[in-house]
Amino acid sequence: MQQVVSSEELLAAALQVYEQGKHPLTAMFGRDETLNGAGYAIYCCFEVPEKRDVHIVKGVFSAEGPLSYESLTHAIPAAAWYEREIHDMFGLVPEGHPDLRPLVLHESFPEDFHPLRKSVAVNAKVRGERKFKIRTAKGQGLFQVPVGPIHAGIIEPGHFRFSQAGEAMLQLDAKLFFTHRGIEKAVEGKTPEEALHIVERICGACSVANTWSFCQAVEKAAGVAVPRRAEIIRTLLSELERITNHVGDLGNMPAGVGFNPAISLGSRLKEQLMRLCEAVAGNRFLRGVIVPGGVRQDITPELIEHIHEVMDATAQGVEDLAAMFREQENFQNRVRTTGIIRNQTAKDLAMVGIGARASGYAHDSRKDFAYGVYPELGFEPYTMTMGDVAARLLVRIGELSASFEMMDKLLDMLRNCHGMELKVELTSGKGEGWGICESARGSNFQYVALDNEGRIDRLFVRSASYPNWPALTIAVQGDIIPDFPLINKSFELCYACIDR
Amino acid sequence: MFKVLERIFRDKIATEQISLEGSERFRGTIEGNGSPEMLEHCQSVCPVGAFQVQGDSYKIDYKKCLFCGKCVEACASIALQEGKEGDVLHHSSKDAMPYLLEAGQEAVAEVLKQKLGRSLHVRHLDAGSCNACDFEMGAMSNPYYDLHRYGVAFVASPRHADMLMVTGVVTRNLEQALRMSYEAMPEPRLVMACGACAAGGETYGDTYAVVGAADQVVPVDLYVPGCPPRPSAMIVGMLAAADMLAEKLKHK
Repeated sequence: MQQVVSSEELLAAALQVYEQGKHPLTAMFGRDETLNGAGYAIYCCFEVPEKRDVHIVKGVFSAEGPLSYESLTHAIPAAAWYEREIHDMFGLVPEGHPDLRPLVLHESFPEDFHPLRKSVAVNAKVRGERKFKIRTAKGQGLFQVPVGPIHAGIIEPGHFRFSQAGEAMLQLDAKLFFTHRGIEKAVEGKTPEEALHIVERICGACSVANTWSFCQAVEKAAGVAVPRRAEIIRTLLSELERITNHVGDLGNMPAGVGFNPAISLGSRLKEQLMRLCEAVAGNRFLRGVIVPGGVRQDITPELIEHIHEVMDATAQGVEDLAAMFREQENFQNRVRTTGIIRNQTAKDLAMVGIGARASGYAHDSRKDFAYGVYPELGFEPYTMTMGDVAARLLVRIGELSASFEMMDKLLDMLRNCHGMELKVELTSGKGEGWGICESARGSNFQYVALDNEGRIDRLFVRSASYPNWPALTIAVQGDIIPDFPLINKSFELCYACIDR
Repeated sequence: MFKVLERIFRDKIATEQISLEGSERFRGTIEGNGSPEMLEHCQSVCPVGAFQVQGDSYKIDYKKCLFCGKCVEACASIALQEGKEGDVLHHSSKDAMPYLLEAGQEAVAEVLKQKLGRSLHVRHLDAGSCNACDFEMGAMSNPYYDLHRYGVAFVASPRHADMLMVTGVVTRNLEQALRMSYEAMPEPRLVMACGACAAGGETYGDTYAVVGAADQVVPVDLYVPGCPPRPSAMIVGMLAAADMLAEKLKHK
């Protein structure tokens, strides 16, 4: 549901829906409606799982009024990054925000450049000088360790600044958004079909989740239902993506401590899954199957059997990996009590996915929003309470066994599904909608508004990594710097997803 | 400990010959032909302008191609409407071959002569990728591809590298990092643009946050097509390029 208030009333209205954290702030974004005869607006989206709905509080700015509003951050900590982003992209100022440094736009952009305003051309090439002051702790004997944006390994770019007291990390400030490609602006004016290849390429690891959320939003805006076979295939692809990513993470986490046999086994299993993805979709990242209105390719009976075989082999491999982790005491020493996120922190930051569930916060969109055919699969979110690296590892292992069971059921559903229709045509026209999909990293939210011709007026992408990034900087505090790679890998956050 | 030993003894060697052949559904290079009307339609649906009609045939710029299958789908839908049978566009299951830049060949050949007595040190630079290329680069080190057997190693700093492997379209926020990494490399040096973003730069279109393909910022010597290129295609890209150049040098 959507509730429209003035920008002055935004804070009060938001707090009423928030109910001290009962309904977490899942996303917050701006919109420029000046071309539609209105002004700027801020959307605050709160999850209402008991109604399987998202309650949107829309604060509108009058054309003549000031472009500022009372910041939500002091009452809803999860709003901190969103407000910084809106400030960068639209120039709407949150009064009283504790840290209003730039977030998305780095030093090469001018101060007063707000790219998501409709008055700015999509390919505006303006240069200027912004200030970006990295945060450090100061004191006798303290020193800094700068890392990135080009790292030593093969990972995505981000700059980390550690403030150290000896080996202990006192503070971490992360400068991200290096891979910001302006995707939300790039798709404006395109039809959902034309924008699809871009949405699929927001992120490699969460390709299915991003595409599915986008398609859900577009289908909701157009008011159509997807054929059952397509829903089953989408759910199956989503679980396949989760299994591939979780297995990859299980093989990647031991790389943080140099546990080579586990790295080797994990990367073997992942490669087999990547090949399965290619056999199913024609692309190793499952691109090119999910389209607005349904899916483009069927899963044939031969493929069903092939998937079944690979799943069996993977399940055995995961069991062995879990045994390796369990038996290796020095590995256990490294992962236990390392990088702790407390339950309240997880709730305050509106964390999602593995990060939330490892801290006893049972947030899982598959359960909360019951999209696809998940309601028929009967599962409970898998949680742990310790909130450390070990808990995040065990949550992955637990979820994998649940996913293998779901895969079995999904394959059976496909075998017994006699409807062969894969896709419905979408009527184009004005509308807006949101979509939610649980990626391997957590809940993935997208909002789409279509104009009169059915072209995208606004796309907002809030991937799972977005609310979890600030948690990483909290998790590392007090741990030693050699544990950072391990803690980082235990969250396994995407950069491309959040940078867009 | 028991489990570790058990798996080590039980698992067979996984390492394979490198092949450019994908599985049945894999969307590789585009083959076949269609009527002028079909080709015109293919060109109009291509999201990155990689499909170009030339006379009664067509040419595909694989540097830009996303292998998304839209052209093939468009061609098939017209064929279906008109009830045409026979030769239509389709994907082969083969990866597209790497491109070498003519102008860069001389400098490249020099590097290869010195360095590629089968040893190449590579620095990866993500200039704004969606992380698919990065994951596939990581996969090159898994037991199936075992990149190290070719004498290729990833190094931590551009100062130790013979080749800079760029993934992703160059963003404004990373332009300086790319330039500085290139400048930090000792000469002679190579740059590889890996994947459709770094090689073609058209994936997301031209936006305020994008500079363009890697060759807009630094000189690029070789291009590997794919979105993302499969690990085997990346390896073939590295080695085939090296061999082709060494061969050319011999006949000079």
